Amino acid sequence: MATTTVPPTPLKKVNRIGLEQVDYKGNKTTLCAGCGHNAISERIIEAFYEMGVEPSRVVKLSGIGCSSKSPAYFLRSAYGFNAVHGRMPSVATGAMLANQHLIAVGVSGDGDTASIGIGQFVHLMRRNLPIIYIIEDNGVYGLTKGQFSATADVGSKLKTGVINDLPPIDTCALAILLGATYVARSFSGDKRQLLALLEGAVAHYGTAMLDVISPCVTFNDHEGSTKSYSYVKDHESPLEDVSFVPFFEDITVDYDPGTTTEITLHDGSRMLLKKLDNDYDPANKSEALRVLTEAHDKNEVVTGLFYVDTKRESFIDQLNLVDEPLATLPESRVRPPKSALDEVMESLR
Amino acid sequence: MGITEVAICEAESPSEPKRVVNDMSIQVATVNGSGSQTSNLVLLRAIFQMGIPVSGKNMFPSNIAGLPTWFTIRTSRQGYIGRRKEIDLLVAMNPETVEEDVLSLEPGAAVVYDERLDAKKFRDDLIFYPVPFDKLVAPVCPDAKLRKLVRNMIYVGVVAKLIGVDMDEVEKALRKQFKKKVKAADLNFAAVKAGYEFADKSLVKQDHYWLERMNLNEGKIMIEGNAAAALGAMFAGVTVVTWYPITPSSSLCETLIDYMKRYRIDPETKKATFAIVQCEDELAAVGMVIGAGWAGARSMTATAGPGISLMAEFVGLGYYAEVPGVIFDVQRVGPSTGLPTRTAQGDVLTTGILSHGDTKHPLFFPCSPAECFTMAIEAFDLSEVLQTPVFVMSDLDLGMNIWMSDPFPYPEKPIQRGKVLTAEDLDRLGGFQRYKDVDGDGIGYRTLPGTRHPAAGYFARGSGHDERAIYSEKPDVYVNNMDRLARKWETARRLAPGPVIEEGGDGGIGIIAYGTTHWAVVETLDQLKREQGIEASYCRLRAYPFSDEVIDFIRRHERVYVVEQNRDAQLRGLLRLDIDPGLSKKLRSVRHYDGLPIDARSVTDAIVAQEVEAHRDAPEEVQA
Repeated sequence: MATTTVPPTPLKKVNRIGLEQVDYKGNKTTLCAGCGHNAISERIIEAFYEMGVEPSRVVKLSGIGCSSKSPAYFLRSAYGFNAVHGRMPSVATGAMLANQHLIAVGVSGDGDTASIGIGQFVHLMRRNLPIIYIIEDNGVYGLTKGQFSATADVGSKLKTGVINDLPPIDTCALAILLGATYVARSFSGDKRQLLALLEGAVAHYGTAMLDVISPCVTFNDHEGSTKSYSYVKDHESPLEDVSFVPFFEDITVDYDPGTTTEITLHDGSRMLLKKLDNDYDPANKSEALRVLTEAHDKNEVVTGLFYVDTKRESFIDQLNLVDEPLATLPESRVRPPKSALDEVMESLR
Repeated sequence: MGITEVAICEAESPSEPKRVVNDMSIQVATVNGSGSQTSNLVLLRAIFQMGIPVSGKNMFPSNIAGLPTWFTIRTSRQGYIGRRKEIDLLVAMNPETVEEDVLSLEPGAAVVYDERLDAKKFRDDLIFYPVPFDKLVAPVCPDAKLRKLVRNMIYVGVVAKLIGVDMDEVEKALRKQFKKKVKAADLNFAAVKAGYEFADKSLVKQDHYWLERMNLNEGKIMIEGNAAAALGAMFAGVTVVTWYPITPSSSLCETLIDYMKRYRIDPETKKATFAIVQCEDELAAVGMVIGAGWAGARSMTATAGPGISLMAEFVGLGYYAEVPGVIFDVQRVGPSTGLPTRTAQGDVLTTGILSHGDTKHPLFFPCSPAECFTMAIEAFDLSEVLQTPVFVMSDLDLGMNIWMSDPFPYPEKPIQRGKVLTAEDLDRLGGFQRYKDVDGDGIGYRTLPGTRHPAAGYFARGSGHDERAIYSEKPDVYVNNMDRLARKWETARRLAPGPVIEEGGDGGIGIIAYGTTHWAVVETLDQLKREQGIEASYCRLRAYPFSDEVIDFIRRHERVYVVEQNRDAQLRGLLRLDIDPGLSKKLRSVRHYDGLPIDARSVTDAIVAQEVEAHRDAPEEVQA
């Protein structure tokens, strides 16, 4: 007697487009064990899986550095481009011009953005190109073995004992000032906040700039560093409690009036920012800049969604492009007829 | 100088007074910002409309207003449109340069000048035509503020009367120049007439230069090389244009913007089939070209030497990641301040091998506006076929000066987009390897980001990747990839346009030139024949990499002069990289690098001098 009971096939957990989370994974990381960047890659995988983004619509772009290696470690079947140092923004811009239906994820580091790449960074922020721009910010150059970057705080100490005496560039303050429309800071160790902020960035259409403090376990995780795990844990000061409700989930969240700011993003998803001990308005630029400046003065690592503007036109909108990707327009639409050439020639006689 | 004198004697007949028809150079010396460009273009166009071959060269400073500027108009019944150094008629309007301008003339030349400048005091062997500009301009232009701009129109009238430019053609040219601004046109034409009437009443013709109608310009157009390149890009189907303003390339993109707004807005939706972005710098401009090219757009930028230097790193990445994109380099003189508004072929060597590591890039060498147009189209096709950045090497003389040209041919060949796999292709093939040489031509197949297929994605990066585009630092993987890129270069050699060869003589002397140097060389070929009895062959290069025909040309000739507009014989350097050391010995060099367009007389003199040297050396070699 052989009643074989076929064990029920466990239902695979899939997202709204039928993909499993494993479909969003990348190659095995080659970064150091414990590197904050790996945690960020994990959150990106979760966010894109949760949001049900089709990987073939995603372009992953990066510059040079440890951070810029990480696009190989998520969304394997997406398209990747490892550009030159500090100049990923222009490559991303070009790609988005060629095909405005792409979803661009740019991964940069603090050196790649705030030093060699500051020129392209500020102009990317000005344009409000639709892109999720992530700075994996550890205050040091990793691949060249531990020199200070321009986001290092005054007084922060290298392993070699060198003290940084130049003020840091606050990439969030710059981004807000220059026109980015979704600006946040988070910490690679804060899973919940970072995931919500990344999901919000996917739902936003415009430049979403996320500065994520991501400690370098090899060169900047020691006593005296202001970008170490322990320093950030001790000094993190969340601005609000961030949660995200995707547009495709019918969830009602109850909250007492006045306690939470609700922001509807471009695709209909909602960010819920529960106020902590302040009365923060993420639509107010000067308020955001004040909070950032004060945090520096108080040696606090303020995190959260600082600024959102869902009204400003994106760079793509301003260009008034045809609906189809420019990249694949047929010859009939990009080569004017002979009559056009004849007309021009006649005007030059 | 002996050769020049021979030429003059030939033109002179002892019995009749000399009458030189349709063969003269006029130079107008003015102050930058005084509106003289309009006057000069009116004169140029009027002569063009008379059917006489004509060329105009603007020699202007890097300045908005105040510094000296010169405009040369050359008419040539033989059809020579290169620069000629000798000036027959000077229009001297600039107090700062009048002495230098007058002193530089050959005896017997004529000078029209503002009487306040007293040009006569510097020489007694020239013909002088003083003109009271202030007195003439006041009655035709009551508004004192406009006089500075209008007074330059007076010399148009004076010159028209002196050499015989048809006033109807002047008026037609002037109205074309002012387009719909009828009042301004009326005012300016009144000034032209005032000059004409003054010359008619008060000047006695003493020079020998005359213009007479011809019919050599039937159907021809007048256009700057930059505008022609812009049209070429538009008809090539460019979709992404990125740029950073830099002389002498800015007008290429600015003209392109105008044309695209006119012809590339979708008639139904009123939306653009293109994106044009003015960037923060050339680093961003070329980065966007690479990003757009990677994602499948026909992308381009235009720049000059300083921009090329800045683009070097990205262009190398484009070579290794194998991304198409077209870069127009409108060449000018070297870095920083000094001569940025003067012409040169100074970027040829650096651009051919731009970037670090082993890199080589196809270059096109247009010599005319018509080639700026056709080569723009070819460059986009070649770039996508080869999946690599391609350069179109124009220069300031070609790009910013206005040239006579035959009308441009409408492209016959369909747009070539190269080896691009669609989702359907991937279904059929079951996948692909981005950098695998499937066809033996060194060119892999690519997918465009956004192609909806699980096997379509790949990771583009620099030097270290295998055939599947996977990161690798393995020595043999790197070597394989580099050898494939070398095979691709050989494919480029087959696909790039070959030279235009004109055989002459018995295989003794060959001349190699490219770009605008062509116009001096065609005249030099005639001068060598007429004055020295030398028949030389000519090989005009149209592209790099050089085809086998170029190598054969060098092999067939005893001495080959490479004529170019830079100090270091840059193209000869590129040739030397490609040919046997034995052949390399045949290469001689004629170089011109003073910032002004190259002229035939300088080339002829330099070749004759080296030929004399060669013949003097020859017997010794025999003895040895």
